Amino acid sequence: MSGTLVLAEHLGGKVRDVTLELVTAAQGLPRPVTVAVIAASPEALLDSVDLVGVDEIVAVRAGESDDFENDVYQQALDTLLDGSEPEVILAGFTVNSMGYAPAVAARRELGFASDVFSVEVESPGTIVATRAFYGSKVHGELTFAAGAPVLLLLRPTVWAPATPGGSAARRHLSLETTPSRARHRGYREPPPSEVDITTSDFLLSIGRGIGERDNIERFVELAEKMGATLAVSRPIVDAGWMPSARQVGQSGKTVKPKVYLAFGISGAVQHLAGMKGAGTIIAVNSDPDAAIFSVADFGAVLDLFDVADELDKLY
Amino acid sequence: MKTVVCVKQVAALGDEVEIDDSGRDVDHDYLESSLNEWDVFALEEALRLKESLDGQDGHEVVVVTVGDEECEQALRRCLAMGADRAIRVEAGGIDESDPLTTARRLAGIIGREVPDLVLCGVQSSDAVQAATGVMLAELAGLPRVAVVTSVHYDATSAKAQVHRELEGGLLDEVEVGMPALLTIQTGINEPRYANLRAIKQANAKEIEVVNVPSEGPRAYTVRKMFVPEKGDGAEMLGSDAAVVAARIAEIVRARLS
Repeated sequence: MSGTLVLAEHLGGKVRDVTLELVTAAQGLPRPVTVAVIAASPEALLDSVDLVGVDEIVAVRAGESDDFENDVYQQALDTLLDGSEPEVILAGFTVNSMGYAPAVAARRELGFASDVFSVEVESPGTIVATRAFYGSKVHGELTFAAGAPVLLLLRPTVWAPATPGGSAARRHLSLETTPSRARHRGYREPPPSEVDITTSDFLLSIGRGIGERDNIERFVELAEKMGATLAVSRPIVDAGWMPSARQVGQSGKTVKPKVYLAFGISGAVQHLAGMKGAGTIIAVNSDPDAAIFSVADFGAVLDLFDVADELDKLY
Repeated sequence: MKTVVCVKQVAALGDEVEIDDSGRDVDHDYLESSLNEWDVFALEEALRLKESLDGQDGHEVVVVTVGDEECEQALRRCLAMGADRAIRVEAGGIDESDPLTTARRLAGIIGREVPDLVLCGVQSSDAVQAATGVMLAELAGLPRVAVVTSVHYDATSAKAQVHRELEGGLLDEVEVGMPALLTIQTGINEPRYANLRAIKQANAKEIEVVNVPSEGPRAYTVRKMFVPEKGDGAEMLGSDAAVVAARIAEIVRARLS
């Protein structure tokens, strides 16, 4: 067992940002660092993963199309691991990885953890990963059984992206895969929306804390008065109170406004991943331990309606 | 058609937290338990599927959990919502709470029940692994689709057309034949509330308790649990709503100018 294998992720012919972050995370881990690109025609993607810090790129030609199918990825990863077992395998904690990485870990009895935000080699052969438990209120250090590779799904946006301009050796691998039992049939684009929360300088964002559907309207009005665009966290979309076009977070949009003013958002990991790049974050929440305060620049532990009432008077 | 829904009694921390004497878990006195939110949506989806196929024989929704006796609360809520039968698999201690160990235990039940469809929540709110369902699918030999936001089942072809939610609102359309396992995302439906009579009836129902061994290595071992340092954290704006609002207005003006 040696080295670190990074599993690239791509969509629509583009390598996703998380892949660049994985390469950065790999820099503290066993060398060599190998990036695998799995696709029907991986060649076009190879230049994008030739990043500083990558020692080797493996182009894995597999499947009938470049679109993700979980069984194809599983077979491809299995073949890579049959060839030579790395000490650490890194993939993003993403919807695609969730579809195949745990299956590979279960079948091969690998060490496994997901949503990992810190990983280090404590001593040769001993990998320690850190992740959160109980709604991010506590962290746990994890260790893994010796003798098997450790497969980690890393939390996106934690590591800085690696920079282009590498000079990695390239290797090609062609696989005969059996068709995936779950078949990709197409994509459905989200419905067009008149609002684009990603271009606004000022987002007023509301979450579960607003309690009821009837309370939406007053925040629509407050946002308008303040000159902000209204954004929401996932529970508001799940409840059907607002369209997904306004959703901030991993399954919604990643936003970087100058000001992000959050009312009643506790700060689930997936939400924070979508907004922590904002210039200034202000959070109002009645729970003093809400995770959003950990990324906020300014905070207030107050009833959000009281603060909204006072803001109403000022605008 | 038989559907098995795997559920979890999750634990949330209130305002206070203490690490227990082992240093590897939180003191359970500080935890509040409930049925995992994702699993509520998964169960609702199973109940709707059963109702949509009503009129055909032998439709059954079975809920399974791995946990101690206290976790039967979660199963009772599922029974009150309309599940037909509930099974609890005995759990081990903290060293057996990783997703692979849980998946092995659940696989024992899937092997026995031989369902047409298995639904799990995408993840649990207390551990957020998003792993147990897909591990279970692999161990049970089932095709799977993870992070599903809609299910259209066609009984004639025994296939389901599902949407998988990718980032940014983009949906991946996927077709999968039964039997299969799907992990269900929140928001897929509007879960029903159980009425008082159903809750009473659920409390009187028998819950089957079984032991399923889990042999093999664990996914991980928790070596240490700790309350993270707050870091620099946010600058607090005070406890008077009028003062806080004025400060917010001031900050917004300064940063946007």
